[in-house]
Amino acid sequence: MAVGKEIRTKIGSIRNTQKITRAMEMVAASKMRKTQDRMQATRPYSKKIGRIIKHLAHANPEYKHAFMLERPVKTVGLIVISSDRGLCGGLNSNLFRMLLKRMKTWSEAGCEMRVATIGQKAAGFFNGIGANVVAQVSRLGDAPHLESIIGVIKAMLDEYNEGRLDELHVVYNEFVNTMTQRPSVDQLIPIRAEELGEELKGHWDYIYEPDAKEVLDDLMIRYIESLVFQGLVENNACEQSARMVAMKSASDNAGKLIKELQLIYNKARQAAITQEIAEIVGGAAAV
Amino acid sequence: MAMTIHVDIVSAEREIFSGQAELVVAPAEMGEVGIAARHAPFLTRLKPGEVRVKVNAQDTQPFYISGGMLEVQPHIVTILADTAIRAKDLDEAAAIEAKKRAEEMLQDKSGRIDYAKAQAQLLEAMAQLRSIEKLRKGR
Repeated sequence: MAVGKEIRTKIGSIRNTQKITRAMEMVAASKMRKTQDRMQATRPYSKKIGRIIKHLAHANPEYKHAFMLERPVKTVGLIVISSDRGLCGGLNSNLFRMLLKRMKTWSEAGCEMRVATIGQKAAGFFNGIGANVVAQVSRLGDAPHLESIIGVIKAMLDEYNEGRLDELHVVYNEFVNTMTQRPSVDQLIPIRAEELGEELKGHWDYIYEPDAKEVLDDLMIRYIESLVFQGLVENNACEQSARMVAMKSASDNAGKLIKELQLIYNKARQAAITQEIAEIVGGAAAV
Repeated sequence: MAMTIHVDIVSAEREIFSGQAELVVAPAEMGEVGIAARHAPFLTRLKPGEVRVKVNAQDTQPFYISGGMLEVQPHIVTILADTAIRAKDLDEAAAIEAKKRAEEMLQDKSGRIDYAKAQAQLLEAMAQLRSIEKLRKGR
């Protein structure tokens, strides 16, 4: 029967799309668990280095590190973390939209911005809007290593040390739970010691080996790195769960669409049959 | 029973050891150090090498680290292990690499237009989806 051939092909193609989205959903679900484990695994390190920094802020080092001193802000540095791939709902767009708002207030306050990007979406976005991109890295995969982001961080810290930046922020999606990802901007430098919590009492200082300056320099770099890395693994966990949710709703929508089309198809078929019968009956009556 | 001290050994990617120990021996930059309970506050860099944690008289656990930091508070020892060998010039090279990538991308005009276009298309698609949703609810 020739009725509704177009509808049938349409249903077929939607069914194929649904198969793909369902497969992507399942892949994302299994990756999501792994990225969440990885996120948990990085927490002890950042917690511990945070504790040391907190101790340091309340000790009396003979050398105050540059990262702890505030200075008038003329240029803001941003390390923006995004996913490499799309098809994860509004994850990256939400992040960029929130960031654009912040950037607008900064530029209204007369601040310039220098950006380092991690991930392809951020690189594409900031090149598109013509931002001043200083360093970038992408294609880190689902199990990123700290070593791969050292270069980007070092580039930004150099800018800071050479006085071309007065503040450094990291921008990423914070993992709240599987359904919720919160775009956030965290300040890295100057380090806000008062936010780090309770202090050790008394007047004391560390014994430094070889000397305070070198040890502190290394420690600060590691601290910043751990914060950015934490952001990166959280953003990864966000990406996978956002993709899973997006693909699930795509599969559901495809299912709904198929149902509707099937109904239309059945109605059309039914109508064709009825008409045919009516014609036959009409023809017989005329004879 | 000897006095014990809490020891945490962590790397950026996972926790390696956490628990009580009698003595920790670590390869500090100026020479190997042994830390027991009530050591004075101490902060140093570590060389690549072996960290030995003496949990009790019978049990000593060795860990290999590729450098890191050691912090001592009277009752807590924290070792931040690096995940790779770090050196100033290696870090420098990585930074230069990252900057170069940014410059290359800026020059790659064709890529740039594509991305911007893709972003615009994405926004358009999202707007379309939203209006479809509205239509569906209105029906």
